[in-house]
Amino acid sequence: MNAEKRSLAGRRELRRYSRHLLIPEVGLAGQEKLARARVLVVGAGGLGTPVLQYLAAAGVGRIGICDDDVVDETNLQRQVIYADADVGRKKAVAAAERVVALNPHVAVDPISHRLDVSNARELVRLYDVVVDATDSFGARYLVNDACRLESKPDVYGSIFRFDGQVSVFVPGGPCYRCVFPEPPPEGTVPTCAEGGVLGVLAGLVGTWQANEALKLILGIGRTLAGRLLIVDAFDARVREFALAEDPDCPLHGTHPSIVDVTEVVPRPQAPLVVPEIEPRELDEFLEATPDAQLLDVREPHEAVLGAPPSAIAVPATQLEARMHELDSAKTYVVACRVGAKSRWAAQRLHDAGFRRLYHLRGGLLAYAVTHEEFEVF
Amino acid sequence: MRVRILAFAGVREIVGAAQRTVEVPAGATAGRVWDDLAREFPRLSEIARSTRLARNGALVERDAALQDGDELAVMPPFGGG
Ligand SMILES: [Zn+2]
Repeated sequence: MNAEKRSLAGRRELRRYSRHLLIPEVGLAGQEKLARARVLVVGAGGLGTPVLQYLAAAGVGRIGICDDDVVDETNLQRQVIYADADVGRKKAVAAAERVVALNPHVAVDPISHRLDVSNARELVRLYDVVVDATDSFGARYLVNDACRLESKPDVYGSIFRFDGQVSVFVPGGPCYRCVFPEPPPEGTVPTCAEGGVLGVLAGLVGTWQANEALKLILGIGRTLAGRLLIVDAFDARVREFALAEDPDCPLHGTHPSIVDVTEVVPRPQAPLVVPEIEPRELDEFLEATPDAQLLDVREPHEAVLGAPPSAIAVPATQLEARMHELDSAKTYVVACRVGAKSRWAAQRLHDAGFRRLYHLRGGLLAYAVTHEEFEVF
Repeated sequence: MRVRILAFAGVREIVGAAQRTVEVPAGATAGRVWDDLAREFPRLSEIARSTRLARNGALVERDAALQDGDELAVMPPFGGG
């Protein structure tokens, strides 16, 4: 589509953007830039929600929505672009409908595929600005690398509980790899599904990302390039950190080693030193092993999930202080909600001389799936 | 000398506080303060290689020297979206 056809001049939709046209930094010229702009939003979840809503409302001409997931009931607490009735539907499709309902002048590309090494560069190439609203480290490195290799700006955001990070990675400045050279080992940094997230934090951080994307298109203001914001919703503080380009960055440093996108696989966790028990085998194991006890290392607030009655609770954060309450001659099956904290706890107990240890694979969440008396969160 | 540690996200969870002030020998580096913290909270060691340190609002390497009253932010990557 050429620029002429996308021009807003004389079109009825001008009235829609009158509050933008009144701002000298936007004006008609800016609004036309927005109408010609193409933005790829990778991830239509908590961060993607406000990004999509505000970009659509602002009149961004073309929006790609890349997400291979379907709407889950647990998404609705923060992914306010979806309605209750959308549960089970493809996110890219449901979100595209909402975007068009909000602003029919926006062209939407619903892309119900996962961004991967086979499609990342081609997809990124089709857009002017890319928003990283993903929820995994692998995807974040992929978006970063594809953007840098295709010379596109990457508007980055991520969230955990009450804390969010926002930045903009543009060619010529620091990138995600300059800040975080390698992903944390598998399972060591909890996802929203594992650690939880305040719903409104996704709105705060995603709205920052939408603002940065719009400024990049308009070419106005000072962007977050070279700066990282940490949004602390708990204490209501926003802190700013200066970033520097890493001269040895493998992507754009003096001797780049990354010349194409590759899959970034987090290092596996250190191997478990204790044997694992499958959730479906737990009941039988506890029955057959008279001195065996389930050691529940979830934090007290997580225990609303319920626990098997025979379990003894020692939260992971109290393990050091309360280790004397445990008997190193006894058999323990160490468990937490999803199996991350319990790995560490099992290792710690092993280091402390406990030898009859087992680890519950997948945690109590996996156990609850096969036991109707427990609620699954 | 005294240094104020700011903990975010997963680090905040493990340390159990958003801030804490520690007493360290004069000339201590950012890495030294982090190592002390990781010794006290062994669970931090598994994310050590992917956590960045910032001194008074700017990312620094481990060998950056600290001064009395400095603020050292400990920033793990966040995955969620
Ligand atoms: Zn870089």
